[in-house]
Amino acid sequence: MTRIIALLLLMAAAALPARAQDAFLDALPGLGGNFTAQAEAVDRLGAAGDPRALPVLRALSDGRLVKLSDGTLLVRDGAAFTNAATGAAATPAEADTQRISINNRVRVALRGALGRLQIISPDAGERLAAAEGIFRSRSADNVGLLETALARETVPRIRDQIALALAVSRLVSADPAAKMAGITALGGSASPEARSLLLESRAANPDLAGQIDAAIADIDRRLAIRRVAETAFQGLSLGSVLLLAALGLAVTFGVMGVINMAHGEFVMLGAYTTVIVQDLLRGHPTLAPWSLPLAIPAAFLVTAAIGAAMERGLVRHLYGRPLETLLMTFGVGMMIQQAVRLVFGAQNREVISPPWMQGTMLLPFDIPVTANRLWILCFSLVVFLLIVAAIRFTRFGLEMRAVTQRRPIAAAMGIRTGRVDALTFAFGSGIAGIAGVALSQIDNVSPNLGTGYIIDSFLVVVFGGVGSLAGTLIAAFGLGVINKMLEPWAGAVLAKVFVLVAVMVFIQRRPRGLFPQKGRAAEA
Amino acid sequence: MSATTLHAPPLSRTRLGLRALMGAAVVILAAFPLLNMLPQDNVLHVSDFLVSVSGKWICYAILALSLDLAWGYAGILSLGHGAFFALGGYAMGMHLMRLIGPRGVYGHPTLPDFMVFLGYQELPWYWLGFQSFPFAMLMVLLVPGVLALVLGWLCFRSRITGVYLSIITQAMTYALMLAFFRNDMGFGGNNGFTDFKELLGMPLNTGAARATLFYASLLTLVGCYLFCLWMTGTKYGRVLTAIRDAENRVRFLGYDTTSHKLFAFVASAMMAGLAGALYVPQVGIINPGEFSPGNSIEAVIWVAVGGRGTLVGAVLGAFSVNGLKTWLTSAAPDLWLFVLGALFVAVTLFLPKGLVGLIQGRGK
Repeated sequence: MTRIIALLLLMAAAALPARAQDAFLDALPGLGGNFTAQAEAVDRLGAAGDPRALPVLRALSDGRLVKLSDGTLLVRDGAAFTNAATGAAATPAEADTQRISINNRVRVALRGALGRLQIISPDAGERLAAAEGIFRSRSADNVGLLETALARETVPRIRDQIALALAVSRLVSADPAAKMAGITALGGSASPEARSLLLESRAANPDLAGQIDAAIADIDRRLAIRRVAETAFQGLSLGSVLLLAALGLAVTFGVMGVINMAHGEFVMLGAYTTVIVQDLLRGHPTLAPWSLPLAIPAAFLVTAAIGAAMERGLVRHLYGRPLETLLMTFGVGMMIQQAVRLVFGAQNREVISPPWMQGTMLLPFDIPVTANRLWILCFSLVVFLLIVAAIRFTRFGLEMRAVTQRRPIAAAMGIRTGRVDALTFAFGSGIAGIAGVALSQIDNVSPNLGTGYIIDSFLVVVFGGVGSLAGTLIAAFGLGVINKMLEPWAGAVLAKVFVLVAVMVFIQRRPRGLFPQKGRAAEA
Repeated sequence: MSATTLHAPPLSRTRLGLRALMGAAVVILAAFPLLNMLPQDNVLHVSDFLVSVSGKWICYAILALSLDLAWGYAGILSLGHGAFFALGGYAMGMHLMRLIGPRGVYGHPTLPDFMVFLGYQELPWYWLGFQSFPFAMLMVLLVPGVLALVLGWLCFRSRITGVYLSIITQAMTYALMLAFFRNDMGFGGNNGFTDFKELLGMPLNTGAARATLFYASLLTLVGCYLFCLWMTGTKYGRVLTAIRDAENRVRFLGYDTTSHKLFAFVASAMMAGLAGALYVPQVGIINPGEFSPGNSIEAVIWVAVGGRGTLVGAVLGAFSVNGLKTWLTSAAPDLWLFVLGALFVAVTLFLPKGLVGLIQGRGK
């Protein structure tokens, strides 16, 4: 059945251009006749769906269509004239041209025809809008026009919209075969509007109820897939934010065992570095578009330097006293935050997104994906892999692991443990700065930026298992997805509360997290 | 902290001196409302502002004392004691809201203004009973107590200690803050409770009410101090201190460390709730901001500045840090957070035993 219809459609589409061409030339002279003939010609041109009709009808509507004494129609554009039928340039004698006037009836017909003809306009935006308009107007008269448009259309998104409009137009037509084709086509879409249209037509077509129900079930399945995919993406996106915020902490707290409550402030400093880099490069035409990528190393260096200074100057003296370290770093965070507030002001600073991070992409099933979220998701994974590689494959990573596992032996082997401590702390702080660059794209850059992330980051690190980077990765994405899954029925705030409580209960069962470290390190 | 012996050390002269200082401070504080009644031009006149602000400090001192019991004696660094304080405050606030009765802006006989505004038809079930003062006072103790019992039991049982416990308590107060910010929780959302009219038949905006609340707070502070002093001096208190210093050793000696810590934590939470309940009628407002993790951690710094594990130090720290705060936030508002941050750093690095340690060091 569907195959025959498809075949019929194909044939119709193949036959159309020839027929339309005739219809255009047939109807054109009518525009030069009386008002009744004009209205009729306009209607015919509108239904034929020939792209050449568009400039002619526009000219008629704007009063730029002129008639010569021999009946030839010309389109006037400023001082130039073109032949309406052939599109060739023409140079008529000024005295010979007669402006064609129209009345209200013709104007109404023109409005309808132009609206429908926009579907073959050269402008993609106009075509999409016209397809949506026709989809909403739901009239069987549009079938021919839409078929022409569908055959010409090359942009996939507009094609889909035209196909949808065509399906709806067929649904309301009298022909049962066309109706069936419409139902099948609507069933293949994933639009809630198509679903409600099918529901409406179900009462009008009791004999087709079975097919309509099947089509609705089809749509429902697609919509469900889209919802799941949307939730998954939002969850992964939140997870990537959590991952970025937690990775630095996974190094300082997880690997070194030093609790740094100023971690959120390092993230905030990274975001402010982005603002500064952007301001510095503002006047520079070649570098300004690259301010965001350039901010990444800058933020790393700034926060790593502050981190190293903090480790050497303060944290070092409190090793082995975690509670005191916690309080001391909290105080440092407080001072950093207040310093930023005094220097940059308490209000939000603006960060400009580069063009390639703006806009929304549509994946199959119409799943909307915002570009900046997608970039941050990829970025977080890249940062994660770089950290894992740095710890596993570099000399510094080797020394870091050695010092973490057995400090006295590492020292006896000639590793300068103090220097490794400082570098590790600087490394973790630098990662926090990089996270700040990414977060500046989706969060308000204000002195309080970091406060919101510190508790979440700790939960991620503890949930994943202190000392396990893979655990941090899985915990971040897991918590992100769970949070977004809960949101639709619990609301954003309660979902967050639920997740907090769930993590607290989980830690009861597995105090060392998802991926506990084995061996001596586990004996805290 | 080095391991301490299980019998109480003899009272040193400095410790006795500190207690005498504490007694003198209480006597001076007790005179404040009386001196407030002197004519304005009298040298000894105490301003309304000083009376009300010291009333607040006394409540903070009770909170500090409760925190010192948990942190200084049981080794539980709670970063969520502000939550117990706020819950006690909310329980008292609910009582005060019920007492407003038909005098609210909307004049509804039972529903508080914010409920009328949010379209509530009747009082939620958890608001029932709060019109009775004894019931409200019971809740002031029970709500923080039960929360501490549940949280403590879960944590201590699975041997969550140190930094992990601190983060969990911080997450607890953070979660409560988010929850109380919601309008549909039935606790006034963002705005919390305010516009209180009376308590126990006294209108709250009179000098007599202020003095009464002031003395109630002072008595509670003295009571809590004596209770803590007695408790830490008993055999139970000595075991608690031992748990703080070496939990595994005490456990291997056959003590049930979980229930020892749990008792201290619950008692501490109840004291914090009491402090909150006394605080709310004095400041006239309670909102979810009281749950913010920053408040809890500020309370920790009072104890750290005063000297943890000394009781006197907690009170001393609460008064001195808050005194500094009151002075600085009016003299140089931008500086206060720097000073507070610097206090955290200085105390942990240079004064691990706090002001009391400093005084004791001098005494030796």
